[in-house]
Amino acid sequence: MARSDVQLMLDVKAGDEQSFTLLLHRYRSPLVNFLYRMVRNREQAEDLAQEVFLRVYRAREDYVPSAKFTTWLFRIATNLALNSVRDTRYQRMEISLDAPVTVDAEEGEEKTLDVAEKNPNIEQHLVEETRKKMIRHAIEKLPEKQRAAVLLHKYQELDYGEISKILQCSESALKSLLFRAYETLRVELAPLVAQHGK
Amino acid sequence: MSCSRMENKILEYVDSRLKESERVEVEKHLATCAACRLRVNEFRAVSSLLDELPVIEPSPAFDLRVHARVAAEPVKQSWWAWFPAPRVAIAAAMLLLATVWVGTRPNPAPQIAQDDIPVLENLDVLSNFDVLSELPQPVQADDGGQTNPQM
Repeated sequence: MARSDVQLMLDVKAGDEQSFTLLLHRYRSPLVNFLYRMVRNREQAEDLAQEVFLRVYRAREDYVPSAKFTTWLFRIATNLALNSVRDTRYQRMEISLDAPVTVDAEEGEEKTLDVAEKNPNIEQHLVEETRKKMIRHAIEKLPEKQRAAVLLHKYQELDYGEISKILQCSESALKSLLFRAYETLRVELAPLVAQHGK
Repeated sequence: MSCSRMENKILEYVDSRLKESERVEVEKHLATCAACRLRVNEFRAVSSLLDELPVIEPSPAFDLRVHARVAAEPVKQSWWAWFPAPRVAIAAAMLLLATVWVGTRPNPAPQIAQDDIPVLENLDVLSNFDVLSELPQPVQADDGGQTNPQM
């Protein structure tokens, strides 16, 4: 039977390095995906995910299982992501004063024309890519806290109590936050939402 | 239920996270409110669209990088680490106790051994021996290193 996250963390606290590796394997993918969707840069997302694991390791001796492990883990990740997004925003503002940004690195990554060339149904491929890009941009345009709430709710499937602890707000405030986020997404994705209804 | 109250329930309804009694209440409202019904359908569509985003895999070097960063962490020593091992601590404590015991022990008055009494008497006679005081004083050598001609 698989050991629970809390048990693994207590084993790490007791000096079992192998349990840390198990936690790493269990959460590396959810963390990298969450952070990637928060910061929109793969390399940066991996750096931040490494930092999350490092902080977990550093805190092992003081670890007390007072809350769910995922609440603690994603709270660290969310705080790092929010700080990173804010720092990046300031950096972008500084860059925009000096020189115009012509090509967004992430946008460049998304232009997978070589893949499209190999795909016989290029039109369908481009439609799918455009659709995904619209969804990504709609999420990206959400205010940071709303974005974090949607990602934790939709992709990590955490319950409202957990998410409200991660975002340090009340459950009713979280419900209101999520409602506003879905309202924004509904408007931003209106063409796709309309297609979906057909 | 009013439309404004629906706002706090709608997403939970879409996610099927409502309690049975709340779900019944929401469905009662939806049966009579076309606007909320439309919103529920649109929220379902949004939720479904969000599912379309692909999942990315961490790079193959991810684990190695985490382990390297963990290995580079300085070994954290608790303040207990400053304390010596029990055997050393016991030995040090015993040494300290012995030192304190020796230091605080009452010091006995010095006693003169019986064998020393004749020696002391001889020393007393010698120090009061008049003949010794009548001997000529020794002459100091001068700076040139020459001896006194009277000698």
